Amino acid sequence: MRIVTFVKYVPDAAGDPEFLDDNTVDRESDGLLSEIDEYPVELALTLAEDADDAEVIALTVGPDDAVDAVRKALQMGADSGVHIVDDAIAGSDALATAKVLAAAVKKVEEEEGPVDLILTGFASTDGNTSVVPTQVAELLGLPAATVVSAAELDGQTLKTRRDGDTSSRTVEVQLPALVSVTDQTNDPRYPSFKGIMAAKKKPLEEYELSELGLDEGEVGAAGSYTEVVEIAAAPPRQAGEVVTDEGEGGNQLVEWLASKKLV
Amino acid sequence: MSEVLVLVDHVGGTVQKSTFELLTAAAQLGEPVAVFVGSDADAQTAAADLAKYGAAKVLVASDASLTEFLVAPQGELVASLVESRQPAAVLASASADNTEALARSAAKTGSGVMTNVSDLDGEGQGTQSVFAGAYTVKSKVIKGVPHILLKPNSIEAAEASGAGAVEAVDFTASDAAKTAKITAVEEKASSGRPSLTEAAAVVSGGRGTGGDFGPVEQFADAIGAAVGASRAAVDAGWYPHSSQVGQTGKVVSPQLYVAAGISGAIQHRAGMQTSKNIVAINKDDEAPIFELSDYGVVGDLFTVLPQATEAVNARK
Ligand SMILES: Cc1cc2nc3c(=O)[nH]c(=O)nc-3n(C[C@H](O)[C@H](O)[C@H](O)COP(=O)(O)OP(=O)(O)OC[C@H]3O[C@@H](n4cnc5c(N)ncnc54)[C@H](O)[C@@H]3O)c2cc1C
Ligand SMILES: Nc1ncnc2c1ncn2[C@@H]1O[C@H](COP(=O)(O)O)[C@@H](O)[C@H]1O
Repeated sequence: MRIVTFVKYVPDAAGDPEFLDDNTVDRESDGLLSEIDEYPVELALTLAEDADDAEVIALTVGPDDAVDAVRKALQMGADSGVHIVDDAIAGSDALATAKVLAAAVKKVEEEEGPVDLILTGFASTDGNTSVVPTQVAELLGLPAATVVSAAELDGQTLKTRRDGDTSSRTVEVQLPALVSVTDQTNDPRYPSFKGIMAAKKKPLEEYELSELGLDEGEVGAAGSYTEVVEIAAAPPRQAGEVVTDEGEGGNQLVEWLASKKLV
Repeated sequence: MSEVLVLVDHVGGTVQKSTFELLTAAAQLGEPVAVFVGSDADAQTAAADLAKYGAAKVLVASDASLTEFLVAPQGELVASLVESRQPAAVLASASADNTEALARSAAKTGSGVMTNVSDLDGEGQGTQSVFAGAYTVKSKVIKGVPHILLKPNSIEAAEASGAGAVEAVDFTASDAAKTAKITAVEEKASSGRPSLTEAAAVVSGGRGTGGDFGPVEQFADAIGAAVGASRAAVDAGWYPHSSQVGQTGKVVSPQLYVAAGISGAIQHRAGMQTSKNIVAINKDDEAPIFELSDYGVVGDLFTVLPQATEAVNARK
């Protein structure tokens, strides 16, 4: 079984992301593996452990530093990595990114053999669009079970659970398929010292656009379907009045709510 | 005037408030046309309400595959309507299912998609919040037919009379779309409280509740609020994940958000910091939640909330 797990490199939410003149994120600024993408990596590793002969490939599309996202996955236990890097990709929107990811999966198939399962996070921690996985499935014509909080493999059938507000649905797909997972799925492992050392020797392939058979016009700002007009820091919220409860805290709170016509 | 397609959210023909908001938003861009997935009988019930908010037509698709399989058939339906009707835009509320239906239609029709939009102007420019709510982005679709997902509660629904003419859509999903089969559906018991994303007020509890959500629920009921929870409370099994507020839970934007026993981690803020008024109750006067609160009480939620509940009830 060959599993490809998508790992996105995102700016560190605790730091200040930087933006370029065209209002796109400066992907060269300090970043890390999108936390939500640790869950698909963990699922890939557990499924691989349960299979006789399995291989986990971590794949990212992003600037030079994005290789850090792949490296983290290798440290957790993935077998090899693929990094799609090309200046022309900068500024790609969701659909343009999905096209690169879909082409990258085809490249992996050409080089390594058929891919049985693509695992992704259900959303990235920066753009948070949740559309990339579905669009990759659409472009590759693969069955997709998305936003799942549990997944179990039985032969060629993957049985998943999708939790909603009013109901929980069981969704079944036949491999090959794409599955996007939530942070309810598992507890991602921490890389061990051994894992960190071993990662240094694992194969890591780098491809540029032309090697994927994509044209520059299909990606980046030129290939995007949406355009960012403006980006601004959200107005900082002002800390308001803070009272210490000395026996009247609840009453004071309700007086304030009443003054704002909230009760 | 060109049509603007609006995907209807409904439960057995009862149209959700989010759809009325979409119809209002759609009217700025063209003629609102509702797309209803469900039975003919339910569509008839829904049509009257949809007309009240300006739907000129109600297109009904009843192919069984639309509910037997996950989203791909819906994506196909939307794409076929986009191709046959060439609307000015497609609008839907930003639920997981709708997001994926529009993502698929966008990929099929070569269109741009905008997700989690909190405001939409007459030119189709949308406002979104990114990086866990720290930044606000304005963007627009520049190719194809704009596919726009609006967050519930971000636009005020306004009544407007529409013809509401019901029209059946001839749609059958392809076999390629019937690959993610829904084999079981487990309904969840309803709490009887307003839904988290549509409620005007939300009261959330965190690790500070120590697992006792009683005071949180009682205060919520006194003010007619929905109940939310931090991930710490959800992970501990104290409250269901469908009530989680934050980056990997619900993003809410009510008139009033009350955080009780919640520290205010960045991932939690991502789900509530656009609320109009924020109140925090926390024992620790240095909890980061106070930095974004309009009103804060440093104290024990087990004494502050019951007193507040009593005070609210006394005012009634
Ligand atoms: C990928 C990822 C996604 C995440 N997504 C989310 C998300 O969607 N939503 C979310 O909430 N978190 C999310 N988190 C977790 C987040 O980082 C925090 O761990 C979590 O929000 C903490 O919950 P808390 O505030 O309830 O608990 P704590 O941080 O432990 O805070 C508890 C607070 O309660 C106070 N307290 C204790 N007792 C009392 C009392 N009797 N009265 C009053 N106050 C009291 C304490 O002073 C403290 O401030 C995510 C994390 C990751 C890595
Ligand atoms: N540039 C990328 N490289 C690798 N994976 C990605 C990339 N963009 C998106 N993904 C995957 O798609 C998921 C959802 O992303 P998004 O649609 O941007 O919210 C992420 O959690 C990743 O698994």
